Amino acid sequence: MPRWPGALALGLVMALVLGAFGAVLARAGAFAAVTSADWAAARFTVMQASLSALLSAGLAVPVARALARRRFPGRQLVIVALGAPFILPVIVAVMGLLAIFGRAGWLNAGLALLGLPKISPYGLDGILLAHVFLNLPFAVRLLLNGWASIPAERFRLAAALGFGPREVWHQIERPMLRAVLPGVTLAIFLVCLTSFTVILVMGGGPRATTLELAIYQAFRLEFDLGHAAALASLQMALSLAAAGLGLAVARPAAFGAGLGRVADRWDRTGRGLQIFDAALLVTTGLFIAAPMLAVLASGLPWIAGLPGPVWTAAGRTVIIALVAALVAVSLALATGLLITTLSTRTARVTDAAVMLAMTASPLVIGTGLFLILRKFTDPIALALPVVTLVNAVMAMPFCLRVLLPGLAALRADYDRLSASLGLTGATWVRLVALPRLRRPLAFASGLAAALSAGDLGVVALFADPGQATLPMQVYALAGAYRTDQAAGAAIVLVLIAFGLFRLFDRLGDRDADL
Amino acid sequence: MTLIRRLAACTFLPLCAAPALADEKPILTVYTYDSFASEWGPGPAVEKAFEAECDCDLQYVAPGDAGALLSRVLLEGRGTRADVVLGLDTNLTAQAEASGLFATHSLTGTVLDLPVAWNDPVFVPFDWGYFAFVYDKTKLATPPKSFEELAASDLKIVIEDPRSSSPGLGLLMWVKAAYGDRAAGIWSALADNIVTVTPGWSEAYGLFLSGEADMVLSYTTSPAYHIFAETDETKAAAAFDEGHYLQIEVAAKVAGTDQPALADEFLSFMTGPAFQSIIPETNWMYPAIALDGGLPAEFAGLVKPEKALLLPAAEAAEMREAATEEWRAALAK
Repeated sequence: MPRWPGALALGLVMALVLGAFGAVLARAGAFAAVTSADWAAARFTVMQASLSALLSAGLAVPVARALARRRFPGRQLVIVALGAPFILPVIVAVMGLLAIFGRAGWLNAGLALLGLPKISPYGLDGILLAHVFLNLPFAVRLLLNGWASIPAERFRLAAALGFGPREVWHQIERPMLRAVLPGVTLAIFLVCLTSFTVILVMGGGPRATTLELAIYQAFRLEFDLGHAAALASLQMALSLAAAGLGLAVARPAAFGAGLGRVADRWDRTGRGLQIFDAALLVTTGLFIAAPMLAVLASGLPWIAGLPGPVWTAAGRTVIIALVAALVAVSLALATGLLITTLSTRTARVTDAAVMLAMTASPLVIGTGLFLILRKFTDPIALALPVVTLVNAVMAMPFCLRVLLPGLAALRADYDRLSASLGLTGATWVRLVALPRLRRPLAFASGLAAALSAGDLGVVALFADPGQATLPMQVYALAGAYRTDQAAGAAIVLVLIAFGLFRLFDRLGDRDADL
Repeated sequence: MTLIRRLAACTFLPLCAAPALADEKPILTVYTYDSFASEWGPGPAVEKAFEAECDCDLQYVAPGDAGALLSRVLLEGRGTRADVVLGLDTNLTAQAEASGLFATHSLTGTVLDLPVAWNDPVFVPFDWGYFAFVYDKTKLATPPKSFEELAASDLKIVIEDPRSSSPGLGLLMWVKAAYGDRAAGIWSALADNIVTVTPGWSEAYGLFLSGEADMVLSYTTSPAYHIFAETDETKAAAAFDEGHYLQIEVAAKVAGTDQPALADEFLSFMTGPAFQSIIPETNWMYPAIALDGGLPAEFAGLVKPEKALLLPAAEAAEMREAATEEWRAALAK
């Protein structure tokens, strides 16, 4: 297995993230001091991200387990719908949540009918609510991949040995989680570390001040690049520390190879267990579906009347998303293959380094790239290619998270067989890698496409009004009092993100069942 | 396939497409904020009107909101491509002027129609408005008449963060201009009225429209949009006895411009009737000069504050950090 594609991909990602950061620092001249308010912001940032990650990942375990061991009509639909919240543009998700949990939401209307006092979702609990809503389904999807990676033969053996749910948990599921859960928790922690709109809208006031807001303030209000660089490096240090911790806890599971059949489960017949799983799935389903439906209901009536520029922007967004997905998955695949050839320690360091791209502040990356590019050309003229590349690089760590468990299992289980058969290069990719990796590859592509479609972070810094993407148009409409049309355009964005996600997911699901 | 290919072409090949269209006309590059340049802002109509008389190509660059706009210009420094920067407000002009990147304008004899006297040698106003709390008349019969009444009530408001939004910063200055040293106390008293603090105007206004709050920090002119576009007369702005803080939006010529004459021509055009008559119904602010035909009908019933508050630009810049910290401390309790 040649290492150069992985090294190249890794180099590109690192060069982009560190280069952009370096450009900001070089322009600033020096770091500015970090103030006591910044440390308070750092503490709050870490606190809310930790709680959000632990809650989301912790709740995802029983939900994923219930989904993994149950078969029911509409199960496939549930799994697909689980992808939706994570890929929603954040402000759309927040508005949907508020339609249910807000002061004027359905929940409070229900409470009022019962004569109960109003609840307010603003504050730390609101932030956690939104972060769990956004990330729990993503965690469930990643964990389901973990369950799917357990060879069916192991469950058959468990049944032959007379294992009940408890033994299956101890002998099969827990070791799998030990391998997968730390990475999942870490990914959510890192996502929440740089969360911006959720924190501000749901946070209820300046008690909820994060590093990302401080960076924003340093750039936009103080124009203090040294301060922004100092804050950004503090944020990166926190991410690296978390990545180190998370990956140190992970232990690879060794189940050995299977024939890749769908697992039947003999440990799921207990009545109490059935009721528990059903109740869990219904509650989660409602929690995820209600805000999504509220979003759809508010936007659908306005879609037909959307002005032409919105549709042009939609076309542009689809293309950016598709290209970015292709680039992101290629980068992730190359990097993932490289990681599986490294020693455990080096692999962890590499993995942690890639995570940096996930937590780099879009504002820092965007500003840095702008500073670099304008030395050579007019950055605005290159807006869309640059935005596509940045989206790909920022989606790449998510793709890697999705691909790594499958890749590791592939190498562990099939390398000897491949070597004895002399399978290498393109033949190996076609006969061994693609069939085995089809589902995670499809999921990763869908995820990258959807994330790129919804991105507003970097595009806003570069794009000129004539090259607007759909997220920019949503904000433009909302900024021009056209709240209804903005809701309609947001639905188009959701449909695009979800459509791309579903398109890829289907490609991966053709002959497989999660 | 052709559609996709064409879309791909206009997505990835702006460089190749542009030269085919460009002729020998001089290009005037105007940096502005995103909602000015968007399809639904004044930008497109202004471009058409100016190009009809300048024999030039007017191009916008819109790197974000007003804060992002200034930060882009400062980032680019002397090498900026901008000929004119349009869309700063008086909370940002001191910082902009201190950069030395802007040149004095050459306007003479322009009669402005602002609530305050204006004689800045660099920055030229193109519109203005009063910050105000907007509410729904059908849900709130007697709105508060001052910050103190608002604080004493159990009304819920949503405001913008002064650290990320210009209306948020405007509110900060409003309270400071009205109450001076008592500002911290006002903020403490308001704390239990504030539902949440949003990153920008559009999130706050969206929350208000979806019923999350009784009032939202916006402009006295906001109700005009609802009357004009939605024949909805239920929105109104509350008049406060302390007076209302002004937002005056300005433009300036960039010192290093390669089109100084064209930039001057644009600033002059900007304070003329063709540009100014576009402003009320696209930017939903007051024009900077008196229009011959008067204001559009939907502006007639709007609240007209009796007292306009505005801190001098230098003073606003000087107190911003301390006022933000005071705001943060009072609301973080």
